[in-house]
Amino acid sequence: MPKLELNGVVKRFGERTVCDGISLTVEEGQMVCLIGASGSGKSTLLRCINLLEPIEDGAIYLDGEDISIPGLNLQSVRARIGIVFQSFNLFPHMTALENVMLAPRRVRGLTRAELQPEVETLFARFGLADRMHNYPDQLSGGQQQRVAIVRALAMRPEVMLFDEITSALDPQLVGEVLDVLLMLKRQGMTMVMATHEMGFAREAADKVCFLDGGRIIEEGAPEVLFDHPAQPATQAFLARALK
Amino acid sequence: MTRRERYEAQQRRRSLVIAATSTITVLAAIYFLVPLAPGWAKVQQSFFNGETLIKTFPKLLEAFRINVMIFAWSAPAIAILGLLIALARDAKSPALFPLRIFGAAFTDIFRGVPVILTVYLIGFGIPGLGLPRPWNSPYIWGTLALVLTYSAYVAEIFRSGIDSVHHSQRAAALSLGLSERQVMRDVVLPQAIRNVVPSQMNMLIALQKDVSLLSFIGPVEIFRQAGVFKSLLANFTPYVGAAIIFLIVTVPATRYADHLMARQMRERR
Repeated sequence: MPKLELNGVVKRFGERTVCDGISLTVEEGQMVCLIGASGSGKSTLLRCINLLEPIEDGAIYLDGEDISIPGLNLQSVRARIGIVFQSFNLFPHMTALENVMLAPRRVRGLTRAELQPEVETLFARFGLADRMHNYPDQLSGGQQQRVAIVRALAMRPEVMLFDEITSALDPQLVGEVLDVLLMLKRQGMTMVMATHEMGFAREAADKVCFLDGGRIIEEGAPEVLFDHPAQPATQAFLARALK
Repeated sequence: MTRRERYEAQQRRRSLVIAATSTITVLAAIYFLVPLAPGWAKVQQSFFNGETLIKTFPKLLEAFRINVMIFAWSAPAIAILGLLIALARDAKSPALFPLRIFGAAFTDIFRGVPVILTVYLIGFGIPGLGLPRPWNSPYIWGTLALVLTYSAYVAEIFRSGIDSVHHSQRAAALSLGLSERQVMRDVVLPQAIRNVVPSQMNMLIALQKDVSLLSFIGPVEIFRQAGVFKSLLANFTPYVGAAIIFLIVTVPATRYADHLMARQMRERR
């Protein structure tokens, strides 16, 4: 049974169809990269998986369980699926530590003291041990994004979604964030990421999907999709992206 | 000194001279021309009488303590009620629909009626029910009138603060599994409140002044006390004294609010 399965997911904003029947399977421990031009539906798809956007049609399964049933308890599902955004979205009025502890305290019902060892380990593992008590505006973009990743991980999610998490970073900071993803992959985390980092997708992904106009035009192993794309739209996109 | 620095220093000196000259000219004009007005001697005697000012000032200051007192218990009540009204207007659950209607009606009504009218209607109306002491006190009902009116404005400012928090903050908080209530309490409200501190400072300053409206229903606060002196001494100087006392409080507060506002503008940029 796949860890995550999408079946004909449709998402519309008014008249505009952003996801037009997307089906996708993600196995446990796999890293799937979504590529495609801006506006092709990658980000919206990730937000649908996390139930931040209700879907119009289709279904989303987590461990075989339909999580897209209207009226389902959204909170319990969201707690199992972490998402990291392009713009970090850290809470500016809290320190890095408080950012990370908020959801486990409120949702998992743990105290600060109970969380301390676990959270400290996370900060240390992501090279942020000396940054715990800084506010977001005292951190670099790369550090902020790593805190955002730690914040999502502190909920012990089963699946992580990454929405172009390096797009807002200075080029020299992209590497430190991508390294974190490789580390998570080694630890067996199931991940779906929307990205413009073609080099990274080719290196790290188990599967790459090319989206265009809200549809998955082509999917496959990275070496196949990047080196021998079958569809003309994929070829055109890659020609532009890899130029 | 570089060429540019020399030029800028020269420009600075020039603006300084112009500003000083124009200020002195205006002040001199006032100083020499106003006394030429036919009624000046009378005005000076009845509004700017040094002797009367010195005699009445301590008593005025004492009466001002009542203003401060009413202000001190009204302000927290206004903050709490204003926040509750703001939250009621943003309530999403259908069960809370009556609350939303109530919040909207509340802000419409109390922003739409002049403060003095609300003070009169509540301050005279409710004790008119024949309530026993101390429940007929104008302090209670006058305070209520101020609290209701100011809560309506303060609620709208809180609401604009809630709207000013970017929706991505909500999305991030929701994605972690927080409930709508937790998102509001832990993520949105703290930022919203911080964003509106300067605007609420201005409401506090306005409140400090409007406390004087309660004099119309009884309490002998500074404005009323000045009125008493006016009748007693047949002189308007006590009003000027009262104005001076207000300015001593409100000018620094206004400057501080402006400073906060300016700092926030800089941070946003």
